[in-house]
Amino acid sequence: MATRQTRTLARFMMVPSVILLLVWMVVPLAMTLWFSFQNYNLLNPANVSFGGLFNYRFFYTDPAFFQSIWNTLVIVLGVLLITVIGGIALALLLDQPIFGQGIVRILVISPFFVMPPVAALVWKNMLMHPGYGVFADIARFVGLRPIDWFAQYPLFSIILIVAWQWLPFATLILLTSLQSLDGEQKEAAEMDGAGALSRFIHLTLPHMARAITVVILIQTIFLLGIYAEILVTTNGGPGYASTNLPFLIYRTALLGYDVGGASAGGIIAVVLANIVALFLMRAVGRNLDK
Amino acid sequence: MARTVPTGTKLGWTIAAWVVALLIFFPILYTIVTSFKSETEAIAGFNLVPSGTLESYREVQSQYNYFKPFMNSVIIAVGSTILALLVAIPAAWSMAFSPTRRTRDILMWMLSTKMMPAVAVLVPMYLIFRDWGLLDSRIGLTVMLMLINLPIVVWMLYTYFREIPGEILEAARMDGATLWGEIVYVLTPMAVPGIASTLLLNIILAWNEAFWTIRLTTTNAAPLTAFIVSFSSPQGLFWAKLSAASTLAIAPILVLGWFSQKQLVRGLTFGAVK
Repeated sequence: MATRQTRTLARFMMVPSVILLLVWMVVPLAMTLWFSFQNYNLLNPANVSFGGLFNYRFFYTDPAFFQSIWNTLVIVLGVLLITVIGGIALALLLDQPIFGQGIVRILVISPFFVMPPVAALVWKNMLMHPGYGVFADIARFVGLRPIDWFAQYPLFSIILIVAWQWLPFATLILLTSLQSLDGEQKEAAEMDGAGALSRFIHLTLPHMARAITVVILIQTIFLLGIYAEILVTTNGGPGYASTNLPFLIYRTALLGYDVGGASAGGIIAVVLANIVALFLMRAVGRNLDK
Repeated sequence: MARTVPTGTKLGWTIAAWVVALLIFFPILYTIVTSFKSETEAIAGFNLVPSGTLESYREVQSQYNYFKPFMNSVIIAVGSTILALLVAIPAAWSMAFSPTRRTRDILMWMLSTKMMPAVAVLVPMYLIFRDWGLLDSRIGLTVMLMLINLPIVVWMLYTYFREIPGEILEAARMDGATLWGEIVYVLTPMAVPGIASTLLLNIILAWNEAFWTIRLTTTNAAPLTAFIVSFSSPQGLFWAKLSAASTLAIAPILVLGWFSQKQLVRGLTFGAVK
């Protein structure tokens, strides 16, 4: 359809995007890789030397490292579990005939638009505060002792906050998928005497499979990088109890001034993200190619 | 489905849905309520009826100069989105209207740049920003957010442009339209809704971005995300002020978000779910 001239023009129009993204991907990553082999501390910038694999060894032997990897995975899996199961349940609920459906939808998706520091600080202070929070009020009301959430269950508290932020996303996408399910198919299944549970397992769930995979893929990308929620609530503590890999790298880089160590951590984060991405892309690829 | 549902059943579902929806919305609702309380009221136990004082709002402006981070957020979010659109529209256009064998690969590659963890390039970006004098500057942050959202912008635009039928172009060409005429009179009007949706979603994403905005700013260019973080180590009573600042920070985006529910699904799933 296109003439030769428009084809050439079309190639040309892609150049700015491709170059920008190429530079953005290659230059900083190459620098991180380079720094990861250097002994480089910002407090002593005159004294930079080649360190070989020292930084990696250092990171590897740091007990905080394994804990942070573990915490990263726990956060990702915990939030995925809550949001996918909760999202399916909510989508099914919102798909029912309801008075005021539009408003209900708006209420449910709202948390997604709340910026992470606001979400985390509101939960930390007004809901989960052991003295004045709403949870503490409820606990006292039913005669229990209020829980100091961030001291006793730091990781769980963060998972709870992040899950609240992402539940609307999962719900919205699963609901969209649910609504594209053919009504006639549902009725046919009903006429054939299929019960609600059997209809859900054999008809609804397979139909939503693609949307579920998409939800898992996209959320994982964002969940691997959770940062602000930790910064304003537990600051990674107590100890390293709620430090994930991004937070550990931030601590090493900007609080420890250790450029080499943080870069080694960065490279490990890239490898981790790539393993997850490869694994997910394979699963999703099968689903996306219709 | 042309089935009528018994009112009783509908009423049951309605109650269940409203209860769940209000529970999910509760933290936001409570923030808004608390923003109209005084500081002593705010810690006086659970209470959904505020005294209605605007004291916290006044103090957020007078003590913390709220307007400045707000304007920074506006400039950075809108600026980075417009920049990204300028770069992405030609690319998405060309991929949608004259795709090649490699178009799919290029799109997948662009998506893969989103998977690079931000924290992996924290050190080099911090050093580059420091050496170029971009730390705590609106320009630096605007470019940064443009880069991280560019893949999403290209993808979104691509999925919208692909839906514009190619036959229309051919018809226009038959009628003797020039390339320029084709773009201005035929394609642009059809592309505007897609561009508008992309604009909306990306302003939301840029507004709420909370890694680079916090790490690359201190005071001058700090947008609302960084401003709110400063409430994590407060002095004295601050809940009502935190609530007022939070309400102001989320209100505009909440409203934009309500209008862009449909586009949100499309944009964030890269067209995989519609």
